[in-house]
Amino acid sequence: MDYILSWLIWLPVIGMVAIAFIPRDKEVLIKQSAAVTTGLQFVLTLVLWNNFDSKDGSMQFKEWAEWIPSFNISYYLGVDGLSLPMVILTGMLFFIGVFVSWNIKKAVKGYFALFLLLNTGVMGVFLSLDFFLFYIFWEVMLLPMYFLIGMWGGPQREYAAIKFFLYTLFGSVLMLIGILGLYFSCGKTFDILELTRVAPEALSSIMWWGMSAIKVIWILLFIGFAIKVPVFPFHTWLPLAHVEAPTAVSVLLAGILLKLGVYGIIRVNYGLMPDGVYWFSYALAFLGLINVVWGGLCALAQKDLKKLVAYSSVNHMGYSLIGMAAVVAAGEAHGANLKAAQAGLGGAVFQMFNHGTISAMLFILVGVIYERAHHREIEGFGGLASQMPVYTGVTAVAFFAGLGLPGLSGFISEAMCFIGAFPVYKGIVIASTIGILLNAAYFLWAFQRIFFGELNEKYNDLPEINRLELFTVIPLLVVTLFLGIYPAPYLDIISSTMDTIIEHVVSMATYASM
Amino acid sequence: MNNLQSLSFFYPELLLTLVILFAIIYDLLIDSSESGKVGWVLVFGLVLVAIAIWFQDSSKVTTLFTDAVVLDPFSTFFKLLIILATIFVSVVSLYSNELRDYRKGEYFYLLGIITFGLFMMVSSIDLIMVYVSIEIVSIMSFVLAGYLKKNTRSNEAALKYVVYGAFSSGIMLFGLSYIYGLTGSTNFFQIQQILASSGSESNSAILMAVVMILAGFGYKVSAVPFHFWTPDVYEGSPTTITAYLSIAPKAGAFAMMIRFFNQVLADGGAMSGLGYFSTTDLPWASLISLLAVLTMTVGNVVAIQQDNIKRMLAYSSIAHAGYMLLAMPVMSGDSIYAIMVYLVMYLFMNLGAFFVVITIKNKTDGETFDDYKGLGWEMPIVGITMTLFMVSLTGLPPTAGFIGKFYIFASLIQGGGSFYWLVVIGGVNSVVSLYYYLRVVKVMYFDGDRKDSLVSPPKVLTAMLLATAVPTMVLGIYWVPIAKWIKESLVFFIQTI
Repeated sequence: MDYILSWLIWLPVIGMVAIAFIPRDKEVLIKQSAAVTTGLQFVLTLVLWNNFDSKDGSMQFKEWAEWIPSFNISYYLGVDGLSLPMVILTGMLFFIGVFVSWNIKKAVKGYFALFLLLNTGVMGVFLSLDFFLFYIFWEVMLLPMYFLIGMWGGPQREYAAIKFFLYTLFGSVLMLIGILGLYFSCGKTFDILELTRVAPEALSSIMWWGMSAIKVIWILLFIGFAIKVPVFPFHTWLPLAHVEAPTAVSVLLAGILLKLGVYGIIRVNYGLMPDGVYWFSYALAFLGLINVVWGGLCALAQKDLKKLVAYSSVNHMGYSLIGMAAVVAAGEAHGANLKAAQAGLGGAVFQMFNHGTISAMLFILVGVIYERAHHREIEGFGGLASQMPVYTGVTAVAFFAGLGLPGLSGFISEAMCFIGAFPVYKGIVIASTIGILLNAAYFLWAFQRIFFGELNEKYNDLPEINRLELFTVIPLLVVTLFLGIYPAPYLDIISSTMDTIIEHVVSMATYASM
Repeated sequence: MNNLQSLSFFYPELLLTLVILFAIIYDLLIDSSESGKVGWVLVFGLVLVAIAIWFQDSSKVTTLFTDAVVLDPFSTFFKLLIILATIFVSVVSLYSNELRDYRKGEYFYLLGIITFGLFMMVSSIDLIMVYVSIEIVSIMSFVLAGYLKKNTRSNEAALKYVVYGAFSSGIMLFGLSYIYGLTGSTNFFQIQQILASSGSESNSAILMAVVMILAGFGYKVSAVPFHFWTPDVYEGSPTTITAYLSIAPKAGAFAMMIRFFNQVLADGGAMSGLGYFSTTDLPWASLISLLAVLTMTVGNVVAIQQDNIKRMLAYSSIAHAGYMLLAMPVMSGDSIYAIMVYLVMYLFMNLGAFFVVITIKNKTDGETFDDYKGLGWEMPIVGITMTLFMVSLTGLPPTAGFIGKFYIFASLIQGGGSFYWLVVIGGVNSVVSLYYYLRVVKVMYFDGDRKDSLVSPPKVLTAMLLATAVPTMVLGIYWVPIAKWIKESLVFFIQTI
């Protein structure tokens, strides 16, 4: 148990090195190695969960080692209720991702090596407690992602890959400046826990360009994270990257990589700049509203099924933003409504997880139909229900989960976000119900066009979803259904940590500098 | 210290002179077809010189030759850096097809003479010595740039280089003469004393002089707007020489610039603290900031449009000079430290990138993007190392390039609010640079047909690629020993009053 977090991070690298030594024509062996590596990692995440003390809202399983003493950089890992669900999700989706990519034909060796490198980057971001380490892992993800989209993607893949890379790097550079600003104004440390203690006070007395340092750094970091989420207007890379990426990469992109943005905002912006939370919360909720409505409208207009699902991500992450903004409800100014703050932040974090499972499922299902029909035009199908009954059933559940049907997990988290946000942002919450409507509309309309009506003659002999594909979807379906009916295990993991965060934000915010 | 006594502190340079002389005589004795052996003589000699420098005790800073040059850890650091670059380039030159049809003896001992000139550059503390050492380096570079006699491009490069070089060193000399005229001395410290004690009436003359001197330095580090020679010379010269010019003379010029601005125009003790005061109220810090911003931006933006990889790397090296110049105006111990760290990182990644160009030119005889199509699959080692170098030049972690940028940016942020805008511009520039660096990767992997047969470059070239790639990777993850060594080297000779 001592080095379990290190194992989680470095296991994929071990797998990658192993794959590097396998001759490139032994494709099955390469795939098996990737499956074994990610499978082991998934099991380890479950072991971690089993040993995790959910009553404790602080960091657990901490590992610390000296790295670069002259800059106070250390190898510092830890896990709490905020990161644990994401770690489990990462383990699960990467494991499933291996099977989703089972049919990759081109350069199998390179594909799985990069896939595992990406895994290390993602895991590292969720587990690192040193800001420098965090940044390194954050950037390690970019290159594999670039290759995975650019090599194995669709027709416009090269453009999509470089656009993704440029966008994210732009955000990362701003983030780096923010990190350096924090380092020099908060007693020269990259330790996130230490910064969480020191930064709220240290920053409040510094002014840059006539603006409080809190605001400057908040904006720098926020843009870096917002591009990943993606928050409107930084979302334009996302539909393109999603559409061009191979199925497994879309799954990971929507399932995990987008969550890194939300995770970063909660971990870093909320932890280090509680005053900034108050300053920015209204804008955050408003951006959430735009995401919800804009994402919904865009999804409604799409002809390409994968693009529709991509825009649904923009729409769904909006709920998370609105929920996050509700943290301020716990402050005096809003009547110390702790329940609302808990519901809002908990909802946001829950939504992260649910969107991870639901969008992963949706992308896998889009991949299934694309594999068979070689196109994704919604209008090009019709009447598939009679041809592929099992596929239709599974897709129906996934779509319903996506539109937030009660009984499925998406409903609970969306409801929590709204319940939390309502006392503070009544107008925004009411307005964002339009988004829910749109959400239902685009999913149902797409479903109707694909599965009902006349069967397109071309697809008379479309084969049913096969076992391998079912194997990748069913676990996600079970999680969605289970958490929709009985969300307690999840809420149990996060609740103490959420309380700690809310406590921290509310008690450390001074308003003095604002 | 007088001339005779100085000789006992000068033995690495004397040894280097012996190596050069031996190489010249040896070249006369052997057959033209065996002229490559001179290269090995030079490499062996340089290793000996490096050992001599390593064991020379420079911690007791000493001025030599009646205050013309100085022996201090700072110069030792740069000397070792330059020797490393020369050794790398000499070894690769032996395996470059470009030079195959030429007699190579001269080539190698000219490289040796450049090395000697650079040694002088990094340790000179006298205006005359500054000028003479720059000229030693420049004239040898002119010859080497035109070494491919039968290639018109190479001839063009040499001629352009001569014209620009003569022009800018003329301007520089003119600037130096102003300084001499105003102060009556050529010694850095005496000049500083006189400037510090004189009033501000001659400020405009000094400003003129500084601008002119900057033209000379700017030419050597290829800073915009003194960069116009760079692309043509880099494209036309033998690639090995391009690689050399992109690192060694730049390192020398940076060392010289740091000395000049720190010890003539600032209070000389800038290293010890964060701030410094300018000897006169000259705005030279803003001048250099402007130069840095222009250099980065022009370098990066023009690099995007290049179709020739060598030329693209020429513009990229302009941009990198800009990143290093960024830290110059801060003139704190940390910012000089950052420049030194950056130079070490830059040495490995940039030399590596040029070695890949050489390897591929050996194979396809081309250096445009089209010649790189699909090579990543055909030559896995070349593909992977090139990806690493490109990523590192962009400044992405976990590679050496990121650490270099990290130190530069950190020193700027630490320098205070007046430098933040430089960080933002530097950051945006590295995003821009990503586009053209990744284009190389894109061409190597995404374009062209995948071939099933693998080709590996000659063993020595592979070894050289690895010798640059491994540090590029490792220094991005653990750079404590290097950082420590550089920290210890950050000791200047400073005149006590």
